Amino acid sequence: MMEAVGIDDLAGLFSHIPDECRFAGDIEVPGPLTEWDLTRRLEGLGQSMAVGHARAVLLGAGSYHHYIPEAVKSVMGRAEFLTSYTPYQPEVSQGTLQGIFEFQTLIARLLGVQVANASMYDGGSALAEALLMALRIKRKKTTVAISRAIHPHYRQVVKTYLAPSSFTIVELPVDASGRTDLSGLDKIDECAAVALQSPNFFGVIEDLEQAATVIHDRDALFVSCFSEPLAYGLLRSPGSLGADIVCGEGQSFGIAQSFGGAGLGLFGCRSEFIRNMPGRVVGETVDMDGKRGFVLTLSTREQHIRREKATSNICSNQGICALTAAAYLAALGGSGLRQLAKLNYDKAAYLKNGLREAGGKLLFEAPHFNEFVMRFDVDFTSVRAKLMDKGIIAGLDCTRFYPEYEGAFLFCATETVSRELMDELIDEVRQ
Amino acid sequence: MSNGPGISGLILDEPLLWEKGKPGRTGFSMPESDVPSAPCEGSWYGDGVDLPDLSEVDVIRHYTRLSQYNFAIDTGMYPLGSCTMKYNPKLHEKLASLAPIAAAHPLLEDELSQGMLRLIYELKQFLAAITGMDQVSLQPAAGAQGELTAMLMFAAYFRKKGEQRTKIIIPDTAHGTNPASAALCGFTAVSLPSGPRGYVEPVDVAARMDDQTAGIMLTNPNTLGLFEESVREITDIVHRHGGLVYGDGANMNAVMGIVDIKRCGVDALHLNLHKTFSTPHGGGGPGAGPVCVVDELVPFLPTPVVEKDGDSYRLVDNLPDSIGRVHGFFGNFSVLVKAYCYILSMGPENLKKASQLAVLNAGYVKEALRDVLHLAFDRPCMHECVFSDKLQRGDKVTTLDMAKALIDHGFHPPTIYFPLVVPGAIMIEPTETESKDDLDTFIASFKEVVAQSSTDPEALHEAPRRPKLRRLDETRAARKPKLTGDM
Repeated sequence: MMEAVGIDDLAGLFSHIPDECRFAGDIEVPGPLTEWDLTRRLEGLGQSMAVGHARAVLLGAGSYHHYIPEAVKSVMGRAEFLTSYTPYQPEVSQGTLQGIFEFQTLIARLLGVQVANASMYDGGSALAEALLMALRIKRKKTTVAISRAIHPHYRQVVKTYLAPSSFTIVELPVDASGRTDLSGLDKIDECAAVALQSPNFFGVIEDLEQAATVIHDRDALFVSCFSEPLAYGLLRSPGSLGADIVCGEGQSFGIAQSFGGAGLGLFGCRSEFIRNMPGRVVGETVDMDGKRGFVLTLSTREQHIRREKATSNICSNQGICALTAAAYLAALGGSGLRQLAKLNYDKAAYLKNGLREAGGKLLFEAPHFNEFVMRFDVDFTSVRAKLMDKGIIAGLDCTRFYPEYEGAFLFCATETVSRELMDELIDEVRQ
Repeated sequence: MSNGPGISGLILDEPLLWEKGKPGRTGFSMPESDVPSAPCEGSWYGDGVDLPDLSEVDVIRHYTRLSQYNFAIDTGMYPLGSCTMKYNPKLHEKLASLAPIAAAHPLLEDELSQGMLRLIYELKQFLAAITGMDQVSLQPAAGAQGELTAMLMFAAYFRKKGEQRTKIIIPDTAHGTNPASAALCGFTAVSLPSGPRGYVEPVDVAARMDDQTAGIMLTNPNTLGLFEESVREITDIVHRHGGLVYGDGANMNAVMGIVDIKRCGVDALHLNLHKTFSTPHGGGGPGAGPVCVVDELVPFLPTPVVEKDGDSYRLVDNLPDSIGRVHGFFGNFSVLVKAYCYILSMGPENLKKASQLAVLNAGYVKEALRDVLHLAFDRPCMHECVFSDKLQRGDKVTTLDMAKALIDHGFHPPTIYFPLVVPGAIMIEPTETESKDDLDTFIASFKEVVAQSSTDPEALHEAPRRPKLRRLDETRAARKPKLTGDM
């Protein structure tokens, strides 16, 4: 081969690289490790993780522990899905393309919108892109209002994305019931969009129907986001309640928590906004013989055609995570999704009631899904430390995100937590 | 059709998910409830979602059949230019899903997350060592988000210095996402045509660089597969005017251990872990697009940052000049685990060897096909080579026809019609994981396709014939978009 390309040694391939650009010495990384040594190293890292030993993590806050059916893991591990690239050549990518078309359909139904895209990176960037999209649609308006009950990290991502532009972000306060207080909206001029999260960071179910009326009266777009989409198995969907753009995190649907990624940004909207929507989309068409098939479409919105005028710069998205979510929803089915959502609701209600009886005070009384916030008369930090020794990670201290709720803890109970374990937690609080 | 592994197999048709199933079926092992049913009251409770009810075997057959319609690295050579479709070792996939890693919650105290924080810290060090850069952020979830992160940092850097810079220079050989990323940060793209030999010419940069210009976005090796030999001259010009240089590292697979990116004068570089570092691309993602920077830009890196404190690792959040978060947590962490595994399994010498062999393979394909295809620029190529359909146009055969014909021979087509500076471009990136035997088969197949363009062009217009579907009507899809089964 070297003879064919006219070199005597491999260094000859790089003779045209100027000296001042050359790498000096060897790359300073360890290795090479054999498969077995590498496995031991990774197992070692795993062993220093609390979750490796924990019996239960009663903590969600944007990353949820749900059971993942083996069938989903197994079929999504197939190399034909995993080791292919973005489906630029539709004739040899129909598996991914049909799978994403089905994903778009299931997600649109779940969120109650007419269209959904092929995925965004995560809940945070999906919200940021939704607000940028709203600003594009409402061209002359320059302000967006976002609820303080939206996941603090999502709000930080929004801030980062909007920082170099001249847009203004206004934060909407939380009322005593744990819902977003929209009463200040009429004082905000030039408001292009209002964003709420439901269930919100405190697990509280927002009154989206009422919010839609108030927001639309202000001629703003209603962006509804979420971190726990399983809730929509039980709740009315944001789209059906009047949201114009619905977006959030889909990790709950069959995707491992993996220290917060890879997750799955879900994104949908009303069909009139299709051409303003960010991200890739798959559409149905036919082949030369008239047979049904699928292709990436509406690429005129995208960066390789529109360059700087693109609706977004997103290129790689979360492909296999999207297929996984669709396979998970397929395995659950409509009946299963409802049953599982109800089970989460019931488990959280049991924990909430138990902790209340043990002296906990619910910070927000509005209805919850699978998370809620509580304060205690006792020093819960030391109770939490004791529980940790028993392998139970109980709640998230809200103080770091919300100084105004000092000493309040956010709890989560999913289908993975048994009554017995919740009783153990409740007993510890009672003592 | 004598060459190539492509023959037909049995392909089973598979309806859409909701065309299957019966109400009441489930593929989920639903836990019995051990708690009382809580009342659901209020107008916000809905009737559930209209999803099909399927059994486990329904789901498995559905997705297994779909998977069989896909071409993938594991099924054959995938010489998609600029995408670095190299083999993805199996072990790394398994290690990323080890129970304690897969179950790690991202919001626990630092003391409870030491293993994952250590992995992040070490991977940052590895990537800094490989590129020659000073610091790294692993948060960006894909290459385009890495670009965006770098542009956000540029904007923050000039804001801090009190400078108003509104433009950025982007050569026509840059990746398509570059202008869109810059625009999101309020920079106007100043287009820079490449010179007659396919390189960015320093004199053209000098003509555009002023104190209103934030700098340049440079892809090196560029999308013609050429190393920008004047890179130092270009970056010096930009720096002399107070500007910054962004390097698009999508093509890093050509230069590991060979080129020092910092010495080239690059201030911020993004990497695509799903290209150079062998994490599978998942039919569209997740990828990962870490950003590597020089010391001057470190204060602007996204937060939180993982730091080492004695023997332990901690998250640091209070960096006043940081652009803030670009991801809800720590980026596509499971992808980071696989890249970490790749680097360790390769070690320093094999990483360099990978780049050498990637360039050798591309050079070999270039030399073998240059007699039958028009070579866009006859310069030493790096990890990919760019041809065009110029010689076939007389027979009314296009790049698209040849790409589709390669499918019938059992190969994924190269990247086509990109870069835009080469009309009818055919961009071939074989990667280092293809053997000489496989390259020879590919070359023979391509030559056969080219020969057919003069003997039987009609057949090429009809290609492909062997996959499940033939050419698809993309115009129809865009004109009347049907994006869900319910539209």
